[in-house]
Amino acid sequence: MADYADDRRNVERSGFADHPVRPYVWTSGRAHPSRNTIRPETLLVVDPDVPFPVSSTRQQRELLDMCRGVLSLAEAAAHLNLPVSLVLVLASDLVDSGHLSIRSALPQFARPDRDLLEKVLNGLRKL
Amino acid sequence: MASANSEQDAPVRYVSPTVAQSVKILVVGAFGVGKTTMIGSVSEIPPLRTEETMTTAGVGIDPAAGVDGKTTTTVAMDFGRITVSSDVVLYLFGTPGQRRFWDLWEGLAEGAVGVLVLVDTRRLEDSFEVLDQLELRTSMPFAVAVNEFPNAPRHGAEPLREALDLLPDTPIVMCDARSRDSAARALITLVEHALKYTNSPKAFT
Repeated sequence: MADYADDRRNVERSGFADHPVRPYVWTSGRAHPSRNTIRPETLLVVDPDVPFPVSSTRQQRELLDMCRGVLSLAEAAAHLNLPVSLVLVLASDLVDSGHLSIRSALPQFARPDRDLLEKVLNGLRKL
Repeated sequence: MASANSEQDAPVRYVSPTVAQSVKILVVGAFGVGKTTMIGSVSEIPPLRTEETMTTAGVGIDPAAGVDGKTTTTVAMDFGRITVSSDVVLYLFGTPGQRRFWDLWEGLAEGAVGVLVLVDTRRLEDSFEVLDQLELRTSMPFAVAVNEFPNAPRHGAEPLREALDLLPDTPIVMCDARSRDSAARALITLVEHALKYTNSPKAFT
């Protein structure tokens, strides 16, 4: 209980306090993304040659603006102060419409392969 | 303390344009066990925080539900990032121990290298549920890191292995979440363990 209370205080401090507009309003009532190939760690980047969609919402424009460089979905969500689940829906639509690209190769297997694990291991050993 | 470290308004620090692949490790543990501290020790960015609202999943579990008309609970996830090579970035996602919390983040557990379970020796019982779930309900490799708080009782790894009822091949490592070297060592232990699960270059399991 105390932990939850602390958490709520942190929420208020970090600007995550409840918003008068419910998140589903921004996603036209959808709770699920149009594709399931995006995860919190998926790297996204905007395609600079494609102009912003004319009918875009403010949240979509903010997300596209945020993704001028390579950034994971979770990082974009944190910087925009939006829940990951909401940004997942927004990002899926923008990938579908060609405005946002998935930078990281789609994971081919359930778990990272040996080459990838060895790269991670070597990187951690250099820390 | 730990969860107050995240700097939401930190400037955006983009991933290097040479990076084309991302992987993740889940750091799970009870509130206040030092997840964010550990992530902050090794992350190249200040830990970031995202929130999800839990509604129906908390009914009957969250004691505050219904008291003041409150039917939702906010669950936080703090995370950090390490660029491990010119083309690979590793994310560390810190999430509360219970599986029902990490299910909140869609796809969070899918495709992970593995799970590092952070344990506080003063509250071992907080770790039982998550360890049970990892052993029984997932096939993900996991390792246990015991965060040695300054005033916590010191036990050797083997008595703790017994107390936590770990399988013989589950690695257990003592660490200081505040130390970069120590946190890195705990992560290395997990990745080495995960490599044992991955015998062929292209494993399907």
